[in-house]
Amino acid sequence: MQIEKEKLMRAYHDMCAIREFEERVHKEFATGQIPGFVHLYAGEEASAVGVCMQLEDGDHIASTHRGHGHAIAKGCDISAMMKEIFGRGNGLCKGKGGSMHIADIGKGMLGANGIVGGGPPLVCGAALAAKVMRSKAVAVAFFGDGAFNQGTTLESMNFASVYQLPVLFVLEDNGYAESTASTWSIGGHNPVRRAEGFGIPGVRIDGHDFFAVYRAAQEAVARLRAGGGPEFIHIEFTRYFGHFEGDQMTYRPPGEVREERNFLDCLKFLRARLISSGQVDALTLDRIEADVARLIDVAVAEARASAPPEKAELLTDVYKTYAGEPA
Amino acid sequence: MSKKSFRTALNEAMRQEMERDARVIVMGEDIAGGMGAKGQQDAWGDVLGASKGLLGAFGRERVIDTPISESAFIGAAAGAAVAGLRPVAQLMFVDFFGVCGDQIINQMAKFRYMFGGKATTPVVVRTLYGAGSRAASQHSQCLYPVFTHIPGLKVVIPSSPYEAKGLMTQAIRDDDPVIFFEHKAMYDDLEEVPDEPYAIPFGKAKLVHSGSDATIVAVGRMVKFSVEAAAMLEAEQIHCDVIDLRTTSPMDTGAIVRSVRKTGRLVAVDEASPRCNIAADVAALVAQEAFSSLRAPVRMVAPPHTPVPFAPNLEDAYIPDAATIAHAVKDSVAFGAKAAIAR
Repeated sequence: MQIEKEKLMRAYHDMCAIREFEERVHKEFATGQIPGFVHLYAGEEASAVGVCMQLEDGDHIASTHRGHGHAIAKGCDISAMMKEIFGRGNGLCKGKGGSMHIADIGKGMLGANGIVGGGPPLVCGAALAAKVMRSKAVAVAFFGDGAFNQGTTLESMNFASVYQLPVLFVLEDNGYAESTASTWSIGGHNPVRRAEGFGIPGVRIDGHDFFAVYRAAQEAVARLRAGGGPEFIHIEFTRYFGHFEGDQMTYRPPGEVREERNFLDCLKFLRARLISSGQVDALTLDRIEADVARLIDVAVAEARASAPPEKAELLTDVYKTYAGEPA
Repeated sequence: MSKKSFRTALNEAMRQEMERDARVIVMGEDIAGGMGAKGQQDAWGDVLGASKGLLGAFGRERVIDTPISESAFIGAAAGAAVAGLRPVAQLMFVDFFGVCGDQIINQMAKFRYMFGGKATTPVVVRTLYGAGSRAASQHSQCLYPVFTHIPGLKVVIPSSPYEAKGLMTQAIRDDDPVIFFEHKAMYDDLEEVPDEPYAIPFGKAKLVHSGSDATIVAVGRMVKFSVEAAAMLEAEQIHCDVIDLRTTSPMDTGAIVRSVRKTGRLVAVDEASPRCNIAADVAALVAQEAFSSLRAPVRMVAPPHTPVPFAPNLEDAYIPDAATIAHAVKDSVAFGAKAAIAR
């Protein structure tokens, strides 16, 4: 089935926005302007966008420590995200979460997560809520190849399976859990077969191919909305930056990233496909790229110019109520 | 109004809140029991029977048996809360928090703060605790100090059936994550409990015995023993305030300080292991806020720093009892007398 031109333009826009966002965070981080540590999603854009294009605000996702891409794809405000990463009071989470805890519950974004494997149980809960409240909402757990070996993930797959919850498990396999190769760390070396062991049907997808991700996610989400049980997609791709900014990536063979940037780039692939198929012309794509560059420029400028949180914010938002008041 | 057990009081609170609010669900291992089995359904109604009958009243959709996967279902309770339900999840024994600690400590406790106030997580984690059931080291701990330590969690430790119903009702209506401690050895305790729903606010201690010679501060089962100690001491003309904290987070620090300013003596009682327990926290509070009122060193009554033993004679020796508490109070009172003689 043909994907409409508007959707393709939106996909290209969102993927460019993630790439540009991450490239700029990389640069700004190097200047020392961004506190803490950040984990960048560049190279993986087709996954977040291809999956999240199937979702509405009422659908929930849980993300990972590498969460900027998921947040952008799920519709979080890009400028507020940049401010959050800079630790500003007007950031998406008032500067209290930072890169690893970007969330927007109103957008169905249950948060990036500092804990590897922290998200899948939460997503089961969101799916359970949808089931109890008889809505058609679905929930998506994005998790990495590291989290695929965490008990939380495996327990969640079993839980979702026995209750036939509308959960899409998306294994984002970028080849490395921190510095450890996923080809080594995943016992059995066959994630789809592992999912099938839980009674969850799965597919393995080339994550550099936006269309492949889009179609797999579209089919899975359609089955979930029709009342089906959990689904699994194993997406293989590459990350262009280290586990965190500052990671020298000595565990990767020399030249690997350069090679991947040249020959395994989901953005370049999408652009070439859109032009060669005649669906979107080069001029339009150039204009999208220019729009995105301006958007990110403005986001960075605003983030730089914004103030840190007021000191009084230290003490707010711990509880809704505390001490005494009856509910 | 009639005499009801701790178990029945909890059941009534959950049932009435489920009737009042369709968003309330209960979930956990054997919370009904018999899921997928060919025998009786609602076979257990949780391990000690507090949720018995909820299945019949509300059905499988709102009474959710789970696989033995604490990480998955405690985390799911947190996720469901953010997504609009009000789950009451049972972590069967608090000792099992070791296999789902992340979902409690790093996830549900911190959503609201990390997300800049945008998340509301109305989830209750019910959990059994405490020694006295010959359940040995992995089913007997009092881990409430661990949770009291975590900003974002509220910690509730009822001391009687009346308290259990009112505090559970409040816990379910509360919009923040609540860890609710139920002492195994109190499940058959009986007390007058109103039939209608009522909520006891958090952070408001209860003065369960009053006197001017010493202040005893306790939670949970130790409140019962402290009241017994206070009754024993009356015969010796020693009159005690006994303060039931009800919740350790929030903690009613004002009630403690006011009482110690009146009595000049503090005996802090705790069934939790002695290092970094609630008694130590109360002692530190009094040292800071009521130092000049103290007429004797603060006394702490707690078990020894050991795991909970199995053999009945050892376990009995482990648990603080009314006699130990009374002895600590007398010691405190005697210190004042000795000091007066020395002057």
